[in-house]
Amino acid sequence: MDINATLIGQMLGFLILVIFTWKFIWPPLLGAIEERQHKIAEGLAAADRGQKSLEDARGQADGIVREARDKAHQVLDQASKRSGELIDDAKQTAITEGERLLTAARAEAAAEAARARDALRREVAALAVAGAGQVLGREVDAATHAQLLEQLAAQIEKA
Amino acid sequence: MAGSSSEYIPHHLTHLKVGEGFWSVHADTLIMTSLLGIAFLWMFGSAARKATAGVPGKFQAFIELVVEFVDGQIKEVFSGDRSFLAPLALTIFVLVVFMNTMDLIPIDIPGMLAGAAGAHHWRVLPSADANTTFAMSITVLLLVIYYSFKAKGVGGFTHELFSAPFGNHPALWLPNFALNIVELLAKPVSLAMRLFGNMYAGELVFMLIALLGFAWAGALADGNILGFALGFIGQVLLTAAWAIFHVLIILLQGFIFMVLTIVYISMAHEHH
Repeated sequence: MDINATLIGQMLGFLILVIFTWKFIWPPLLGAIEERQHKIAEGLAAADRGQKSLEDARGQADGIVREARDKAHQVLDQASKRSGELIDDAKQTAITEGERLLTAARAEAAAEAARARDALRREVAALAVAGAGQVLGREVDAATHAQLLEQLAAQIEKA
Repeated sequence: MAGSSSEYIPHHLTHLKVGEGFWSVHADTLIMTSLLGIAFLWMFGSAARKATAGVPGKFQAFIELVVEFVDGQIKEVFSGDRSFLAPLALTIFVLVVFMNTMDLIPIDIPGMLAGAAGAHHWRVLPSADANTTFAMSITVLLLVIYYSFKAKGVGGFTHELFSAPFGNHPALWLPNFALNIVELLAKPVSLAMRLFGNMYAGELVFMLIALLGFAWAGALADGNILGFALGFIGQVLLTAAWAIFHVLIILLQGFIFMVLTIVYISMAHEHH
């Protein structure tokens, strides 16, 4: 252990090193480190925000899809109800129409029968008048014997 | 290489000394320290100049790793302003590690190179020179005293010197003061002697292992093949083993010097 002036030289050299490090080396290095830490923290925060907004959007999308599905169900229900109603209406209309047609046909048939009976009666009356004419040997005037003929016709009609 | 084993070790423990008495210097220590200091400034300075907050290169990342390590060590111990203490600790850590690393250079090579350049002695390990370790520890002591005055004021620090640890009583002023002076002086002595002792001893072990070279050379000259083989393999294995173990000591001593400096300076800020 030989202590000599080397000590003084080493002290001065050491001081210079320390001061140089203090002034020129430490500040930029630590500054860069801290700035990067800041950037990384910001990046992580931004990533978190992005994640959160993604989740929000996903939730919104789910809501929209659910709404659309509900609406579709509603429309479907309405449509099936409406078609049922339409079918029922149509059935009802058809039944009514059928009954109406049947009634009309019956009425027509009845009217036809009445007409036929009427015509028959007239013919029978005419035949009866002609027969009576033949029996009497002379012509019966339809106008003079109208009352008689009418009575006859009414009797035939009753028969 | 020196002629015999008895000359070998003293030869390797002699500095390249210029001058006589106290006003002489160890040229090898000064030059090696300067080179290592420049290497430190160049390494960290170039990283600092190119430092960006973007993605760091491998070199910048490594330098930042060291810087953050040192900064973290201080944060654990000291809560005050780190703007000077941190670069001081970084300088101490890196410089001590750089100086200690010189011990891993094969022990005869620096001497051979120096001999070729005309110097008879060349000790390559500046931290095995007490002048270096005391220069650093005395600087630390001066900083401790400076920070004591700065943190407590002239009156506060003087008061503490005379009234702690036993109490403020006229009869206790002198014992208090004596104890505080011893405590203050013990700091640089323990710092310097610990580093010096470790590196000196480590260097000496390398020299002792190197003495096996004389043994196997002698055995070879005598035609003793077994002795040659044992000596040769022993030297290679022991040198490698000690060098690997020494890496731990190199880093540990740098770390201890740095941490104790931090502790001493943070203690200077504390009020009793």
